[in-house]
Amino acid sequence: MALLSFERKYRVRGGTLIGGDLFDFWVGPFYVGFFGVTTAFFSALGTALIVYGAALGPTWNIWRISIAPPDLSYGLALAPLMEGGLWQIITICALGAFISWALREVEICRKLGIGYHVPFAFSFAIFAYATLVVFRPLLLGAWGHGFPYGIFSHLDWVSNVGYQYLHFHYNPAHMIAVSFFFTTTLALALHGGLILSASNPGESRDEPGKQAEVKTPEYEDTFFRDIIGYSIGTLGIHRLGLILALNAGFWSAVCIVISGPFWNKGWPQWWSWWLDLPIWS
Amino acid sequence: MRLWLPFAVSAGSLLAIASFVGAGWDAPPVETTQTGYRGTGMYLSQDIENQAALKAASTVPEAPWEADPEGDRAGDIYENVQVLGDLSDDQFNQFMASITAWVSPEEGCNYCHNPENMASDELYQKVVSRRMIQMTQAINVDWQAHVAATGVTCYTCHRGQNIPAEVWSRDLSPKPASAATLVRGGQNVVAENAGRTSMPQNALEAYLLNDTPIRVTPLTALPSGNNPTGVKETEQTWALMMHMSESLGVNCTTCHNSRAFNDWDQSPPQRVTAWHGIRMTRDLNMSYMEGLSPVLPDNRKGPEGDVLKVGCATCHNGVQKPLYGVSMLKDYLDSLARKGPADVPDYDSYEPGETLRLGATPALPGNGKLAANASPAVQGN
Repeated sequence: MALLSFERKYRVRGGTLIGGDLFDFWVGPFYVGFFGVTTAFFSALGTALIVYGAALGPTWNIWRISIAPPDLSYGLALAPLMEGGLWQIITICALGAFISWALREVEICRKLGIGYHVPFAFSFAIFAYATLVVFRPLLLGAWGHGFPYGIFSHLDWVSNVGYQYLHFHYNPAHMIAVSFFFTTTLALALHGGLILSASNPGESRDEPGKQAEVKTPEYEDTFFRDIIGYSIGTLGIHRLGLILALNAGFWSAVCIVISGPFWNKGWPQWWSWWLDLPIWS
Repeated sequence: MRLWLPFAVSAGSLLAIASFVGAGWDAPPVETTQTGYRGTGMYLSQDIENQAALKAASTVPEAPWEADPEGDRAGDIYENVQVLGDLSDDQFNQFMASITAWVSPEEGCNYCHNPENMASDELYQKVVSRRMIQMTQAINVDWQAHVAATGVTCYTCHRGQNIPAEVWSRDLSPKPASAATLVRGGQNVVAENAGRTSMPQNALEAYLLNDTPIRVTPLTALPSGNNPTGVKETEQTWALMMHMSESLGVNCTTCHNSRAFNDWDQSPPQRVTAWHGIRMTRDLNMSYMEGLSPVLPDNRKGPEGDVLKVGCATCHNGVQKPLYGVSMLKDYLDSLARKGPADVPDYDSYEPGETLRLGATPALPGNGKLAANASPAVQGN
């Protein structure tokens, strides 16, 4: 792919975390780097192992292929390949690929001299995944507590693990996480709508038949000041969006890591502290 | 002054502290049992400290002595032995000693008997315990699909108390404040019998006394008109399931694979035992507990005036197999593992001091109707 003339300014050498000039080049539009190579390695190996597991499994139905974690009886030990060992290696590959990808983002940030907000944000997704397949299994004492790698099977796992706590909607951290997820989509919809409304003002009122002028952020701020008395501003909305979204992922991780390691009854029962507050009980 | 901020921060901090201190969190390690194929999430995790406490509370008392089955029959020796007359004198006395230790260890024999005249029925407790002995016999004979050969004794529920700790009655509290909140379907208040959720608070009455259909899962993707159940019925079913889970210290996956709650083929076998348990509990409440209503004094009834009833927790007490599966029945085979006379006296005519004879009226209509002979897969609910 042709290098655009202005891209030269941004495609500078250096800024790598490891390996110096090794792999410090682009392939077409993609920056490679040491971590691009490790990303490719882990993704290829992990995917190949999933295909291998599927080949040895009972079905090629894409929905029903499943690579399951070991039995609980293996504890935190390694399991034979076809009894969960594949899942363990694939988990290592997945974490290797995700973390490599985040570090590749860091290297690009360093080349550009910008902040690390994007890899920081991505690290919350990695954290949530690691919570599910590493931290929680470690706390519970068996890799078997990880979720299976399959389209239907991981949904079944989510359902059954939720019902282990009788009613997961009573999980306080789940409540917080769900609220953040919905608020994230609300904020994104309001923000997207506002930007599009300012940049697509429609027909001009002064000159019928002509497009009106695209409006400036002052108009956007005024819209929200008029309707709710406050506008968070052009930079602020992005801070808010990032905070909302990261909290959604963070509290998701919290809600599952407390289920089991720190709470083993039904989640409705957790609220006894509230029902038994000395104010009304 | 802007005081809302410090107020909000203080309130938030206090609630956060209360939820950390008051909630009873459990720290790892955790004991987990796998009940399904790996990776399906069919696990039962249990709080190790809780389990130790439950085990300590579930120790089984030994029989006071080994009874000699030979000798004269109790029915011939003593007056007014209507149910246990077939026992030998020694067996009868051994059982009386045991039942005292199980049900009224502090009050002793006089909890049920007038010491001047042991044969007299003047205390309502004696009339009730006679019926309860019949009930225990019926459980052990007719409901082996649920209790298996392990069986139950009075101790399974009573555990040294006059009234078992885990019983239920109609719950209408808190009383609605105004007309607008009258029709709440038992919802949005603390359902003490449904795991302290906000789900229907009288689900047990619907399912463990009456035989309201429990099944709510539609078998077609779209409402086809022949399944009228909606969210309300589903929440009520869920409330019953909460009660069952909390009573047994288990979770939904002990009996169901939640990917298809309704499908028996995907369900663990425990679901069959539980299915029979629901029918058994209905039978106990309908045929035994309700019938005692005229005999029981008001202080032995719930706040709404109905008799205290049997739920899953009454026997299970937070344990999947009551008393961790230890059978006490083996020491009381003649007294509790076979049925004596099963007739029912006319409780409506009960007057303290007068002896009620069994068989004064035919058995209650519900008696035995729910016997455990139909397979769960073919019969409704």
